[in-house]
Amino acid sequence: MAQASDTAAARRWNQRALAPWLFLAPGLFMFTVYVLWPIVQSVTLSFYDWNGLYNQNGEFTGTFVGTRNYAELMTDPAFETSLWNNLKWLVLYMLALPIGLFIAIFLNQTVTGIRLYKSLFFFPFVISQVVVGLIFAWFYAPNFGLFYLLTESVTGKGTAVLANPDLVTYGIIAAGLWPQIAYVMILYLTGLNNVAPDQIEAARLDGAKGWRMLWYVVLPQLRPATFIAVIVTVIGALRSFDLVSIMTSGGPFGSSRVLSYYMFEMALGEFGFRMGYGAAIAVVLFAIMMVFISGFIWKMWRDEQER
Amino acid sequence: MFPRPIQKSSPAAQWIYTFALPVALIIWLFPLLGVALTSLRPASDLAQGNYFGMPSGIAWENYIFIFTKTPIGQYMINSLWVTIPTVIGAVGLSLMTGFALAVYGFRANILVFFMFVAGNFVPFQILMVPVRDMTLQLGMYDTWYGLALFHIAFQTGFCTLFMRNFIKALPYELIEAARVEGVSEWRIFWYIVLPLMRPAIAALSVLVFTFIWNDFFWATVLTQGVDSQPITAGLSSLNGQWIAQWHLVSAGSILAALPPVLMFFMMQKHFIAGLTLGAVK
Repeated sequence: MAQASDTAAARRWNQRALAPWLFLAPGLFMFTVYVLWPIVQSVTLSFYDWNGLYNQNGEFTGTFVGTRNYAELMTDPAFETSLWNNLKWLVLYMLALPIGLFIAIFLNQTVTGIRLYKSLFFFPFVISQVVVGLIFAWFYAPNFGLFYLLTESVTGKGTAVLANPDLVTYGIIAAGLWPQIAYVMILYLTGLNNVAPDQIEAARLDGAKGWRMLWYVVLPQLRPATFIAVIVTVIGALRSFDLVSIMTSGGPFGSSRVLSYYMFEMALGEFGFRMGYGAAIAVVLFAIMMVFISGFIWKMWRDEQER
Repeated sequence: MFPRPIQKSSPAAQWIYTFALPVALIIWLFPLLGVALTSLRPASDLAQGNYFGMPSGIAWENYIFIFTKTPIGQYMINSLWVTIPTVIGAVGLSLMTGFALAVYGFRANILVFFMFVAGNFVPFQILMVPVRDMTLQLGMYDTWYGLALFHIAFQTGFCTLFMRNFIKALPYELIEAARVEGVSEWRIFWYIVLPLMRPAIAALSVLVFTFIWNDFFWATVLTQGVDSQPITAGLSSLNGQWIAQWHLVSAGSILAALPPVLMFFMMQKHFIAGLTLGAVK
């Protein structure tokens, strides 16, 4: 009797030790094959020179070149342009935070129809970046685009943003900010919804209002929303591929390239298939992203410990 | 509540607010409205330079043209072929991974969890060459399933984060009680946890639908022809053919934007619950 219950207990224990791995297996398998392993492969590939082809026997045709791809990056002006543009994206994308917060505060009221207003303000985020890119290309179009007409009426001479090497990146960033602001806005709206009303009332009784209220009472309570907003904005800025591809294809004269787009151009673009060199660019982008990912994981880990 | 409710302000301020709301909205959506109007403008208007004046008529023929003379209908169907299996696959896989990570305290738990989370944030370019190469090797290049399989795998990262946190918030006593009764782990998952997951499944389904419908990068990397290209990649190649025919570009854009927009309006609550995960403590 005692023995029977022992084996039953043991079986249950075994089941409980094994169960998580059975539940994890399919997802973990897919994730390893399509995400984790390719990262390792890309890093390896960045030390090779490869045109993406195999010989008749199905063997890899790449040659090992050590760190030559990285050495070449150091002197590649297009890489330098891309890196600078990525930095511009990162810095200017952060504008999504204050603007998104501003719109969220503006909309955080209870008047009739406000729900519809909130959803309509959120609209740009739901739309594909391809469509956003086309919309802004139309907005900036020379001769009849709204922006062109606007600059023409102010300065007497229209500006074709996307044809101007000095302005093009800013033009694309503005297009990217449109959906990004909408995303940040919705994060802050949710955050504002959960701000403790008693603290606000208490601060109000103490005479706090306007900026002081926002800075000392509201913003500290919005910390979780701000954190997520920073993360998604950084990722959005570094992932900027779609808009560049749709609006300018990196032009004019490669002046709107970013790392994500330049990598694609090198590996699959019209300049031929330089897989190893492309992989090296991707590794650099990955390293930059890793800084932010580590920060995010570290914060999550700390939160888990507190629980 | 912050800011102070407008109802407590002076009548003048209230009046300004009710006036400012629609004005701000129109400014905010101006580019979109412009494109929507252009999509209904006859080509002849544009040819005469009438971009913003009264249209000479409503040109539904722009939409008829892109449906009958271009493969846009096929592109939309291709998009569905990629999107729907991805939603089912990613949600299904992450229900299981999320359950495993939320319910069992095994040693590698946090490590596996963080790996899913971190993987979800990597730049696509670091995956591009190997994933494309593998898809080619498996003979799945330029097929809907080649693209869908990648999407399923990648979305599993984000979905796992979501599901795991959702299951963690469920009352653990339910699972404990079932274990005392001797219910097997699989039946706990199937009969106790799964029925409680409906809101999470709904939220993730709409989010993944939107993400995948809007994906452009992988569509470009893993597909090529009319038979398998989704709408985003298709629209981009049509845009190359329709140089400056803005009435057609606009109509195509509106069509491509429509499904996620409809999805958002139908499932708004779930959509926002999914996106703002973690924005409140």
